[in-house]
Amino acid sequence: MGCGATKSNELQLKKYQRGSIGVPAMRAALLIQRWYRQYVARLEMRRRCTWHIFQSIEYAGEQDQIKLYNFFGYLMDHFTPANSERNLISHIFRENEICRDIEWERYFCYKNIEVPELYSGPHLSFPLTVSNVADLVEAFKNKQQLHTRYVLQLLLESWKLLRMLPNINQVSTCQTKEITICGDLHGHLEDLLLVFYKNGMPSVEKSYVFNGDFVDRGKDSIEILLILFAFMLLYPNNVHLNRGNHEDYIVNLRYGFTKEVLGKYRLHGKKILKLLQKIFSWLPLATVIDQKVLILHGGISDTTDLNIIAQADRHKYVSTLRPPKRRWVASGGNSTAGRHKVNGRMDNSLQRHCSLAYNSPLRSRYNFQSRSMQNFSSKVNLAVEEELKEQRRMAGLSQSYHDLRSSLSSDSDSDNYETYEDDSNEWKQIVDMLWSDPMPQDGCIPNEVRGGGCYWGPDVTEKVLRRHNLQLLIRSHECKQEGYEFCHNRKVLTIFSASNYYEVGSNRGAYIRLGPDLVPHFIQYQANRSTRELTLRQSVGETERSALRALREQLFAHKSDLLYAFQDYDTDNTGWISLKHWATAVEAVLRLGLPWRVLRSQLVTTTQDGMLDYQGWLRELPITEPKTELVQQSLLETMYKQRSNLETIFRIIDSDHSGLISFEEFRQTWKLLSSHLKMEISDEAILDMAVSIDFNKDGSIDINEFMEAFRLVDRTMNLPSEPNHTKTDE
Amino acid sequence: MEEENKEAVISEIHRRIAEAFNVFDNESSKSVDVREVGTIIRSLGCFPSEAELHEMIAEVEEEEPTGYIRFEKFLPAMTKVLMERKFRPIPKDVLIQAFEVLDQEKKGYLEAEELKKYMTQEGEPFSQDEVEEMLSAALDNKENVIFYKDLVSKMTFEDL
Repeated sequence: MGCGATKSNELQLKKYQRGSIGVPAMRAALLIQRWYRQYVARLEMRRRCTWHIFQSIEYAGEQDQIKLYNFFGYLMDHFTPANSERNLISHIFRENEICRDIEWERYFCYKNIEVPELYSGPHLSFPLTVSNVADLVEAFKNKQQLHTRYVLQLLLESWKLLRMLPNINQVSTCQTKEITICGDLHGHLEDLLLVFYKNGMPSVEKSYVFNGDFVDRGKDSIEILLILFAFMLLYPNNVHLNRGNHEDYIVNLRYGFTKEVLGKYRLHGKKILKLLQKIFSWLPLATVIDQKVLILHGGISDTTDLNIIAQADRHKYVSTLRPPKRRWVASGGNSTAGRHKVNGRMDNSLQRHCSLAYNSPLRSRYNFQSRSMQNFSSKVNLAVEEELKEQRRMAGLSQSYHDLRSSLSSDSDSDNYETYEDDSNEWKQIVDMLWSDPMPQDGCIPNEVRGGGCYWGPDVTEKVLRRHNLQLLIRSHECKQEGYEFCHNRKVLTIFSASNYYEVGSNRGAYIRLGPDLVPHFIQYQANRSTRELTLRQSVGETERSALRALREQLFAHKSDLLYAFQDYDTDNTGWISLKHWATAVEAVLRLGLPWRVLRSQLVTTTQDGMLDYQGWLRELPITEPKTELVQQSLLETMYKQRSNLETIFRIIDSDHSGLISFEEFRQTWKLLSSHLKMEISDEAILDMAVSIDFNKDGSIDINEFMEAFRLVDRTMNLPSEPNHTKTDE
Repeated sequence: MEEENKEAVISEIHRRIAEAFNVFDNESSKSVDVREVGTIIRSLGCFPSEAELHEMIAEVEEEEPTGYIRFEKFLPAMTKVLMERKFRPIPKDVLIQAFEVLDQEKKGYLEAEELKKYMTQEGEPFSQDEVEEMLSAALDNKENVIFYKDLVSKMTFEDL
C-alpha cells in the first residue's frame, strides 16, 4: 500500500500538469495575475510619462531658440547700425557675400590642400565609383574621418548637382520598382548603417528618399551628410534628398552641428560650414512619387500650393527662419534707420514676429499648455499671452495674425510691395513645409510650440491632397515611439528614423518601403543591441532615469521662481506645503504641461503626512560643480537656464569661429541676453563672472570650457549629468 | 469646514484622474483608446481583476461602442472608484501566501514551467506575451527558477 499511497500523492502533487486544480490555487492564480497586471500598467504609465518629459523639454527648447532669433530680428529692425548690440549679430543676417558661382569654386578650392602620407582614411576620386563610396561607409563604420580635401571636393560636386535639381523631385516606381523612405536621422550614424544593413545600400535597383534633418543632436552629422551626398552623386536618379528644418546654419548653431564640424575639422571647419550654408539652401524641398505620394519634411498648411513652390528660387532661403530680403527699388537708405509700422505696409519684423503676433486661444494643445521656459519676472503668473502682448507692443505691432494674413493678400500700390508680397508668400510656404505639425482638430493655426510653421488639421490634408490629386502625405519632423505613425484617416504618415532619439531605449526608428501599389510597408529597428535584450522593466528604468534627470535640471533652473511660488502657498511661513500645492506651483512655474501628480513620487521622496519641506527639497536638487561656486547664485541659475541661448549667442559673436571670446565680447553677450530677457544685470556682476570663468586666466573665455562649467551634479544619482548638447569625439 | 475639505479632496482627485487620462490622450481629444483604460485605472493605484475592469469599461462606454472612452464619462466613474476605495491593493503578505499556495512543495521557489502553466491556464489567463515578459523579469538566470519572495519585493511600487 505504501507504493500506491506515494503514487497517489505524486499524482496529487503534480496535478497542475493536468491543468485542473483546486479552488484555492485558482484564487491564488487570480491574485497573482491581478497584481502583475497592475505592475505592468504602472510601468507603462511611467514609460509614457518619460516620453512626455522628453518631448516637452525638446519643444520648449525649440521655441526658446525661435524667440531668441525673433529678438535678433527685432534688434535688426529697430536699431541703427551704430547700436553696438545690433552689430554683434548683424553679420549672421548678411547675405553670403560671395554669390557668383565662379567665385564660389575658387573660394573653396580644395586643390591646395594636400593629403599627407600618414592619412589612413579613405581616398576619393571623382567621379565617384562604387568602391569609393563603399570605402567611405566602411571607414565611417570604423570611426575614421574623411580628409578635408575630399570633404570639400565632395561638397563641391554635390553642390553642382543639387543646383540642377528642381524644387520638387518627381520619382516613378515603374523605373525603380520599390522605394525606401527614411525620416530624421539627426546624426545617428548607427541608425543609417542599420538601415543599410537591413535594407541594402542605395543602388540602381534600390531607390531611397531621405526626408531631411540629417544633422544636429547626434554626434555623426557630418558623416551622415557625406554618405548621403556620396550616394546621391553615385546614383543621382535613385537617391533623393529633401531639406529639413535642421538643414539651416542658424539652427545648427544651437543644436550641435556647427560645434561638431568645428571640433572635427579644426583648420577648415569654418570653410566647410560656409559651403554647407549654401548647399543646404539648394536641397530640394519635396519629392513626389508617381504623382500620388508627397514626401516632405514638416508638413503643409491651408495655403500650400505645390505650383508656387515649384516656381520658387529655393536657394534664396539660406535660413528658413529668416524672411526674404526686401527688395527696395532705388529708394536709398531705407534699409535700417527709422522704419515705422504703417498699417498695411509690410515689414520684415511683422514677418519674423508672425508667431509672436498670434493671440493664442486659451485651449490646450495636445497635452501641453502654453509653454514658457523663460519666466524671469517675480510675477510667476505672467501668462504667455501677456508676454506676447508686451512683445507686440514693443515691436509696434497692433495686428493679430489674422489681420496679418489678410493684409498679406490685400492690394498694394507699389511694385516693391508686390514683389515683396510674392516673396513673403513663398517664404511662408517654405517655412510651413519644413516646420509644420499635424493636429487632430480641423483648421490651420500657427505653430506656437515650435515658433515656426503651423498646425494643420485633417480638413487641410483633404483639401491640399485633393488640390494636387494626391493620395498620401509622408512627413517626418516629430519623433514617434514606434518610429512611425498615421494620422488624419491614414492620409498622413510620419516616419522617423533616429532610434533612441531622446535616450537609449526611448523609441524605435523605422523606414518605409513603397512599391508600385503605393502601400507603405514598415520596418522598425533599434540601434542599440542591448536595449532589445532588456526586459520592459529594465529599459523603462534606464530611459526614465534619464528623463527624470533632465526634469530635475529644469527644476534647478527655476529654483528661485519655485521658491517664490511655494512661499505664496505657505502663508504662515511654516516651511511646509501640501503635495497638492507643490504640483500646482511646479506647473505654474515650469509650464511644461506634464502630469506632476503622476510624477510626484519620483521627484519628491521625503514627505510627512502629505506635506513637503520645500526648502529642503529645493536644496536636494542638482547642483553645479564647485568651479562655479564663485558666481552669484541667482546669476548662476540664469546662466544655467539660458545656457543654450548663451552658447548660440557666443557662437554668433565668435564670427571667426575661434572658440574664444574676449571679456568685452562676453560683456556684450550678457547685455544682449539681458535685454532679450528684460533682466537687469550690472557691468560689475558681469566682470566678476567673466573673471571667475576664465579658468586659465588668459583674458579670454573658451566657449567649450564655459559650457562644461555647467555640468550639473545630480545628487540623487551620484553621477554627473551630461550637458544637453552632444559632445564631439575630439 | 467639512464640506470645504470634501470639495478640496474631490477636486484634487479630479486633477489626478485628469492627469493620468491626459497622458494617454495624445490628440487632446478628451478621449482615449478603450484598450488604455485599464492602464489608466491601474496607474491610479487600483488593482481590478480583468472582469472588474470590463465591467467598468461597459459602464463608461458609449451606447454604441466607438472604441474610445470619453473623459466626460470616465471622470465621475473613476472618482467614485477612488472615493469608495474600490479595487484596493493586495498586501505583500497576501501575495506571498498566494505564491505559497502554488508552491505546494514549499520549496520557496517555483519552476518556470510551473508558473507558466498556472498563469496561462488558471484564473484570468495571461497571453503568451504576458507570461514571457513576466518570466524574463522574474527568472533567476542561474537556476531557472522564480524566487517569489524576491519577485514580490522587486515588483512592488511603494509610492501610493
